[in-house]
Amino acid sequence: MSALTTPLLPEDFLTLFDPLWSTTSLRGRVVARRRETDRAVSVTIEPGRAWAGHRAGQYVGIGIDVDGVRYRRSYSLSSPETAEHLTVTVQEVPGGVVSTELVRNVPIGTVVELEQAAGGFTLPDPLPGRLLFVTAGSGITPVMSMLRTLAAAAAPMPDIVLVHSARTPQDTIFAAELAGLAARHPSLRVVQRHSGVTGRLDPASLDAAVPDRAARTVYACGPDGLLDALTDAWDDVVVERFTPPARESEGTGGTVELGDSTVEVQPGQSLLEAGESAGKIMPSGCRMGICFGCVLPLREGRVRDLRTGQAHGEPGDLVQTCINSACGPASIDLP
Amino acid sequence: MTATLDTTVTDSEPGPEETGLVRQPQRPLLELVPSTRRADVQATTALTAEQIEELGRRLDAIRDRVLDERGASDAAYIRDVIGKQRALEIGGRALLFAGVLPPAWIAGTAMLSIAKILENMEIGHNVMHGQWDWMRDPKIHSSTWEWDNVSSSAEWKHSHNYLHHTYTNVVGKDRDVGYGILRLSEEQRWTPYYLGNPLYNFLLSLFFEYGVALHDLEVEKVAAGEKSWSRVWQQVKSIGRKTGRQVFKDYLAFPALAGPFFLPVLAGNLTANVVRNVWSHAVIFCGHFPAGAVQFSEEQLADESRGEWYVRQLLGSANLDGGRFFHLMTGQLSFQIEHHLFPDLPSNRYAEIAPEVRSLCEEYGLEYTSGPLWKQYLQVLGTINRLALPNGKR
Ligand SMILES: Cc1cc2nc3c(=O)[nH]c(=O)nc-3n(C[C@H](O)[C@H](O)[C@H](O)COP(=O)(O)OP(=O)(O)OC[C@H]3O[C@@H](n4cnc5c(N)ncnc54)[C@H](O)[C@@H]3O)c2cc1C
Ligand code: FES
Repeated sequence: MSALTTPLLPEDFLTLFDPLWSTTSLRGRVVARRRETDRAVSVTIEPGRAWAGHRAGQYVGIGIDVDGVRYRRSYSLSSPETAEHLTVTVQEVPGGVVSTELVRNVPIGTVVELEQAAGGFTLPDPLPGRLLFVTAGSGITPVMSMLRTLAAAAAPMPDIVLVHSARTPQDTIFAAELAGLAARHPSLRVVQRHSGVTGRLDPASLDAAVPDRAARTVYACGPDGLLDALTDAWDDVVVERFTPPARESEGTGGTVELGDSTVEVQPGQSLLEAGESAGKIMPSGCRMGICFGCVLPLREGRVRDLRTGQAHGEPGDLVQTCINSACGPASIDLP
Repeated sequence: MTATLDTTVTDSEPGPEETGLVRQPQRPLLELVPSTRRADVQATTALTAEQIEELGRRLDAIRDRVLDERGASDAAYIRDVIGKQRALEIGGRALLFAGVLPPAWIAGTAMLSIAKILENMEIGHNVMHGQWDWMRDPKIHSSTWEWDNVSSSAEWKHSHNYLHHTYTNVVGKDRDVGYGILRLSEEQRWTPYYLGNPLYNFLLSLFFEYGVALHDLEVEKVAAGEKSWSRVWQQVKSIGRKTGRQVFKDYLAFPALAGPFFLPVLAGNLTANVVRNVWSHAVIFCGHFPAGAVQFSEEQLADESRGEWYVRQLLGSANLDGGRFFHLMTGQLSFQIEHHLFPDLPSNRYAEIAPEVRSLCEEYGLEYTSGPLWKQYLQVLGTINRLALPNGKR
């Protein structure tokens, strides 16, 4: 068939009729939007045929055009594993390009680029006997997918405590649905906290609220401050971070050859950002140093880790472009 | 002023001292080889180095403004052109299946020809220039695009984007000057071979895509020891593969699908490919070689400043006049001057900045060469005929 369409692929013509028919690039179409709070919206996306489904707690990479330019970001799925369409719940980051677009503007029918679901913030099989979920702000999204999946399953709801914090009651994503789930499932206890009223979550107040905390497997998702405090205080906390780890801006920047062109990397800027702003198509995933979806081979020179400020790298090393900046001239191969 | 052939032919080859005449006393700006436009050359050198740099800054400002404004409407433009081009191709091929009926054959062939021209000119050429890379759409990106042409996009990006756009109209460097087949400049030593200049041009025009592909081979570099035969062989294989696929698709697969109507489909596809070749040859030759465009010597390249680079691009290129559809069909190469100044700005913006570039040229006394296609093409043919004979005499 492709002999008839060379140098294009058959799908380049088929997708004139429906962009979702693509078999080489996964896409989705926005089919519904639901306002959750003043700052948050759930966006439901019908995925193309190649979508392989997700496990509760995983995130999806979404590429969306804002003023003609494609931006790629990760969003945890809030929909249950069984849902036909996927849903992400996005909370606006002030000044943020993609979150603002998704929360305020994106019209129904918009076609977005999708990556297959990824991430290891998932429940083990068999389930632990007792669970504690600690979430804050938009950090509720992956846990919501877990709870919705468990609620839809035939097996009874395991013994779960969810402590969820948001600024105010009005600002709490899924407040009503969480209360409803708790009412229907006696083994699920939901504690809703409001940082604007009672202050932020911390390990001590959580220990007070959940006396058997030490006997529970803990999953936490929220701002870095909370996650850092939890991992410092308790052992074996499974965390999911939405924000890139704090960055040293000690990086000196430099001129980097990316594939066949030359890119100026600013001090403190990641190679990924620098490449993208120069119009390069860069592989990426979580954009925060976890997934290794962004690694590229270093051909010459060294790079600087933005988290530690350390310069590192040998020719041939695979470097994560999302958390490394330049330190002087270097050259990196593009796929 | 558009120089005509009769008035501008120089009677004798000037000696080296005479060539030096075009240098400014205080500073060598643009060193030009003797060409058909010596009068205009003198006009350019009337600019001081400061004026040339100022012009460079003002052109940079135009570029920065367009970069700043680039956005959703530009993205919509290229997606729309790509969508229409593919629809035309599907429609054209479908109509050709009914090609035993003459009106269907004519309409189908016309649609397919237009589709092929759009694919090469407005889409392929411009996407490969990286004009749309800023959208970061992997489907419309210079690193992923492959076009319907026997020259692979990787080879083309080297010979065209790099060699031609860097060394525009520098005889001996810009391999587009004559494509290694024709004599397009007095600087090229005449041999009896060039008596065939008009014939070679005619054949090049019919088989332009093959000419371009072979030209990418840079065979003359092998003789000079700058290139290995194995590299040439690698390229030949790539051209062979692409040619094979194209020949199979246009001259076997689609005609065969039409069953009893094999021949009309074959003829339609062949016609469309030839129309595309002749058209792109004409547009491309009018971009640099009508009497108005200037050619340069290699010395010009040494220590060339940003401003001088701009001026060389300006004087080496010529625009074509026409309406919106005409500009689209030339892939906006009718704005050759703007394209050479800003090869990576989205093509849909050239029309908008052309008046600004033109008035800058007027202000600085630089010739902005422009004319209708037929007129420019006649001039190109005139030059080609004239240079078939030694010393450019008729
Ligand atoms: C695995 C993973 C899952 C995620 N899941 C969700 C989710 O379910 N819901 C959701 O709303 N977001 C989620 N995010 C965050 C999301 O990917 C984006 O980072 C966020 O929407 C901001 O993107 P933006 O384009 O709007 O901001 P940008 O334009 O990229 O940034 C604007 C400014 O905000 C800062 N900033 C960027 N991201 C954050 C952040 N997360 N918190 C605070 N400041 C930030 C930047 O440093 C910058 O100064 C997740 C991130 C990851 C890595
Ligand atoms: S994008 Fe995930 S590690 Fe870089």
